Amino acid sequence: MNGNRLRLFTFAAPSRFYSLSGSLLPWLWAAAALLAAAGLYLGFFVAPTDAQQGESYRIIFIHVPAAWMSMVVYLAMAGWAAIGWIFNARMASMLARALAPSGMVFTLIALATGSFWGKPAWGTWWVWDARLTSELILLFLYVGYIALVEAIDDVKRADHAGALLAIVGAVNVPVIYFSVRWWNTLHQGATITMSAAPKMQSTMLTAMLLLTFAFWAYAFAVVFVRARAIVLEREHEAEWVRGLALAARKLS
Amino acid sequence: MSWGSASEFFAMGGYGLYVWGSYGITAALIGYEAWSTLRRRRRALNDALASAAQKAQR
Repeated sequence: MNGNRLRLFTFAAPSRFYSLSGSLLPWLWAAAALLAAAGLYLGFFVAPTDAQQGESYRIIFIHVPAAWMSMVVYLAMAGWAAIGWIFNARMASMLARALAPSGMVFTLIALATGSFWGKPAWGTWWVWDARLTSELILLFLYVGYIALVEAIDDVKRADHAGALLAIVGAVNVPVIYFSVRWWNTLHQGATITMSAAPKMQSTMLTAMLLLTFAFWAYAFAVVFVRARAIVLEREHEAEWVRGLALAARKLS
Repeated sequence: MSWGSASEFFAMGGYGLYVWGSYGITAALIGYEAWSTLRRRRRALNDALASAAQKAQR
């Protein structure tokens, strides 16, 4: 037990994370670019015009993946924040902080593209419907989390306060997801569910899934880069960081 | 594939503003996030280098 626990902490060490994520980054960036290129090609040059919505439906290729990511990233952020708090694991808290700005960006994309879709489809940029309102609350949760952890100087206290906010706010994620079922919303119901065949033509679905994977790869890449920056900022006094910095100077 | 010409492609069947507006905002947000995050990491490494050099002098 003791040996296992020691090993677990070795892998969770910031120095270990730094080198491991560094070797994965080129692959993640490449995967994001290739998947996005393939998804956009399929979405704009292969997928047919939608019978009901005309060409405006092509917004879903980024709208739906961004909305999914906004929720998944929030759950990941709350999860890492909780692990960091409970087990006092530094790297987990740093990952939670690294996830927040990316989640905020995906939420902004989901809201903005949704607005661009709503205007021609519903005749309005915005309605206070349950889906839209709960997604807007998600944006406020991200902004609130970032503002809270940045406002507290003591790193440990900031991480704990942020974890509390993130965990409480996680209640909002199922509310967003099920809002179209629980309430009578202007927003349409789920196109893709685990239990039924997708109500979508297959090239459209493939384009959307390719862009979903592109967003996943991008999210991993950018969160890793931000987490690496946070590791360097917090641990710049550590021996391994100084060794790294000196090695970087020799290369340039 | 349904585009006869480049101008037809950019018009998006009359939905050009909405489709390109969506993709434009997405590209701008992701581009800015990636750029600023990469810059933050570079700065953090440079700061670590500076503090390492300071320590070496003492």
